[in-house]
Amino acid sequence: MSKRCGNIKLIQGNMICVGFDGDIIQNEVGYVVCGKERLMAEVIKISGGIAYMQVFEDTKGIKAGDTVEFSGKMLSVELGPGLLGQVYDGLQNPLPKLAEDHGFFLPRGIQLNALDYEKEWHFKPIVEDKKNKKISKGIPLGYVREGIFKHYIMVPFNLNDEYELEFVAPEGDYKIKDTIARIKDGKGQVKELNMVFDWPIKIPIDAYAEKSIPKEPLTTKIRIIDTFFPISKGGSYCIPGPFGAGKTVLQQLTSRYAEVDIVIIAACGERAGEVVETLREFPKLEDPRTGKSLMERTVIICNTSSMPVAARDASVYTGATLGEYYRQMGLDVLLLADSTSRWAQAMREVSGRLEEIPGEEAYPAYLESRIAEFYERSGLVELNFGEKGSLTIGGTVSPAGGNFDEPVTQSTLKVVGAFHGLSRDRANARKFPSIDPLDSWSRYFSFINADLIKKAKNILVKGDEVDQMMKVVGEEGTSIEDFVIYLKSEFLDTVYLQQNGYDKVDSATSLERQEYVFGKVYSVLNKNFNFDKKGHARKSFYELRQLFIDWNYKKWGSEEFKGQESGIDKFLEAY
Amino acid sequence: MRKVHSKILSIVGNVITVKAAGVAYEELAEVKTSRGKSLAQVIKIEDDIISLQVFSGSRGISTNDEVQFLSHPMKVPFSENMLGRIFTGSGVPRDNGPSLNENLIEITGPAVNPAKRIIPRRMIRTNIPMIDVFNSLVVSQKLPIFSTSGEPYNELLARIALQAEVDMIILGGIGLKYDQYMFFKNALEEGGALNRSIFFIHTASDPIVEGLMVPDLCLAVGEKFALQGKDVLVLLTDMTNFADALKEIAITMEQVPSNRGYPGDLYSQLAKRYEKAVDFDSAGSITTLAVTTMPGDDVTHPVPDNTGYITEGQFYLKGGRIEPFGSLSRLKQQVNDNTRKDHRAIMDGMIQLYAEYKETEEKRTMGFRMSSWDKKLLKYGNLFESHMMDLSVKISLEDALDNGWKILADCFESQETSFRTDLIKEFWPKKTNNEEVVSAGDKPEVYGVKDEDCEDDDKKLS
Repeated sequence: MSKRCGNIKLIQGNMICVGFDGDIIQNEVGYVVCGKERLMAEVIKISGGIAYMQVFEDTKGIKAGDTVEFSGKMLSVELGPGLLGQVYDGLQNPLPKLAEDHGFFLPRGIQLNALDYEKEWHFKPIVEDKKNKKISKGIPLGYVREGIFKHYIMVPFNLNDEYELEFVAPEGDYKIKDTIARIKDGKGQVKELNMVFDWPIKIPIDAYAEKSIPKEPLTTKIRIIDTFFPISKGGSYCIPGPFGAGKTVLQQLTSRYAEVDIVIIAACGERAGEVVETLREFPKLEDPRTGKSLMERTVIICNTSSMPVAARDASVYTGATLGEYYRQMGLDVLLLADSTSRWAQAMREVSGRLEEIPGEEAYPAYLESRIAEFYERSGLVELNFGEKGSLTIGGTVSPAGGNFDEPVTQSTLKVVGAFHGLSRDRANARKFPSIDPLDSWSRYFSFINADLIKKAKNILVKGDEVDQMMKVVGEEGTSIEDFVIYLKSEFLDTVYLQQNGYDKVDSATSLERQEYVFGKVYSVLNKNFNFDKKGHARKSFYELRQLFIDWNYKKWGSEEFKGQESGIDKFLEAY
Repeated sequence: MRKVHSKILSIVGNVITVKAAGVAYEELAEVKTSRGKSLAQVIKIEDDIISLQVFSGSRGISTNDEVQFLSHPMKVPFSENMLGRIFTGSGVPRDNGPSLNENLIEITGPAVNPAKRIIPRRMIRTNIPMIDVFNSLVVSQKLPIFSTSGEPYNELLARIALQAEVDMIILGGIGLKYDQYMFFKNALEEGGALNRSIFFIHTASDPIVEGLMVPDLCLAVGEKFALQGKDVLVLLTDMTNFADALKEIAITMEQVPSNRGYPGDLYSQLAKRYEKAVDFDSAGSITTLAVTTMPGDDVTHPVPDNTGYITEGQFYLKGGRIEPFGSLSRLKQQVNDNTRKDHRAIMDGMIQLYAEYKETEEKRTMGFRMSSWDKKLLKYGNLFESHMMDLSVKISLEDALDNGWKILADCFESQETSFRTDLIKEFWPKKTNNEEVVSAGDKPEVYGVKDEDCEDDDKKLS
């Protein structure tokens, strides 16, 4: 078969225009031949016999007239056992392997296998090797053990027919490219299947029976989220915030403590330093649920801000595709994308080079639909073989100037189920997490009684009103009743909504503890205090606050925990 | 020898176009004009029409001037001999020393593989409390100094350069005023640091395009030294000028502007430079401090805004002081748990109280009566500003922490602060009668005066 080739006509930044003969596919991958290097590029527009392509690498040294070889494939990832624990770039090149081969820097034009082709996996069939057994995409043929998970080897999702199973391999050790099954389609054509297949990243995986409404809470162990602005398994949420408000710290804590099976971190156009922290720390951290290294349940897709812009666009899709793949095995997956604004900016750069008519703030007109498409890849699904799996997507947004009235934040808010808005003021006052309790919302249900939550929120709102009023009329112009409401709201904020992300105990609060502590906090909110003077009220609340803060640092269920609690009870009895 | 092209097709802004074949993207060319030679770089190729940006600007270029392509991208010499030398934005000597042509390296090399980075754990002590205590500077950090014209940002930069524990300093000036350039030179010379410094200076009177190269030159050279095991501090002033140069070129090239005329890839362009800051696994490091002046003191302006999203925190320099609000070192948590165990508590606690002071101060100026709590806060705020924030304070981290406790004890009862009880037990100073708790320190007179002021105000108000 002759290779389809083209010639470069124009080079500007990371965009090239390529003249071609014959046919070409939108989003097809091509390789620019630049000396000895082959630089990967993707077709993003075809017009008048010219293919507009974005190059995933630095374009230095490319000349007009250079050859581009088309591959006939859309931008895809390899799916199979061995993904967990990996650190990939946006195009699924394993970074540790690159470092081993090429040292400190990321060389151009290197494409490595995403998975280890030599490693042997112990395969155990679960379908019966029986004639006339009907089988279709997404149905597991067997499984291998990947860490603590049963990694199902499934009929590839791109086989859309119904097939007859001809052969499935017996239990034993196989490499991922070894044949483990043979299936026959309606026309009698036989296909050999192994443990790995490709899937184009920009297309959602749809090998499931039904998508259902997310109901079950996803525990993050962050009190303000779980109690007040919860997330559901299969839901989606966003964290917009100005720089320095703690988006990334919040994401990192979530990736550590969230009660899900698998976490996929897509570091998209952000600082390399932050990824390094995850990269170096996770292997050492213990997964509280399994006792094994956290890395064994994590995949990191890392396309930091200094890496080529075009691959940034790919990284979020790669993350979503890997997430969907594990969801197909009946697992609960959480994809954390940090930050979706960088991805949007990458779209804007490309759109600008294509000289498209710019929309708001020069973002392309299709920004909204792209963002919606991305978040809609989340979901709780019933699979073709009865089990349920979920993919939850949480994206951070970095709005210009911290102003939420910008296209990326607004487009995101339209499609997500929960909004955790970070506030500059709270961050400046060193309140962590800086999620603004008055602005944020969630459409999912908290595990705590909705009435209590409503009342607690009400106190926050009223407290804020009193605070505003006090700024005008002063403390002396405020009634003692109002002043106590203000103190109560401050109390709730300090001892419950805020959490010390760097303390061993306080950084993660289990649901059980949250319920217990919230009960106690609520009893304070609900209590009628009789204070004669504001000074007295303030002093009492500060003491109470201190008691609760110390309580938060005590290990759940320990003697100190109980001791501190009885101290609190005694204090409260006095009023 | 490459062919010489002597027909310039267009001259628009600082960009010229010529017809030539076989030219590579980002290749360098030499333009010979009546005013002398200038370098130019390929920024667009459309078949055989090549667009070049001319570093020395297009003034005086004739359509029949000669353009010769050099078959290589921009390069810079790299050797130990560069120490103590001063170069221009094109990488040629600015002092009267000999030109260096050995060991040329490419600038704008590939990105560092994140897998080869290590978590930074080394603090760079500067003996400035607002940095050491509240926002510690860490090896491999990239931090901008957000400021406005007229603030002493270059003075701060020079002071950090002299006091910071690093092996060498690379200063990149972009659109630097000539007197500021001389200031740096003199300051580092007097401090005895010039022989471990390299300057790449583009002054305000030089052609704007030349300024675009300065960060790349600094970082390319810095990276090589870092790979040899050196801890390099790169100082850039001022990155807003760099962004403005980018804007000028983008508009000349008729790119669609995204925000206030800046190109859509401003974030990526800035990130590419800042992300060169690195702590190499088993080699040296690059730490970057970059002045970013905010037009109109507006932090939401595209340049500071994009910068803030890239860098690992920021220092706000306002009114001659590093502001505690907004200033942030994202890496401080990596180092401040193994300095002294009260470090983090002091850092958070003092800022929280200072925030309360600011609110009270606002109420006071509006004429509200001050409660006894308010009076405590006012006293605290004044002490904090004079003993911690003032830029002239030069004390070690440990002394600064001790001072912090003294200030707190002087203003509050221990339970009024939200410190953990165990820390209060260990660090809260025991008060004895008639003893001035805050040590005389650098400015005893400030302490006394401010305190009286505070009481006077109270009388007036009541």
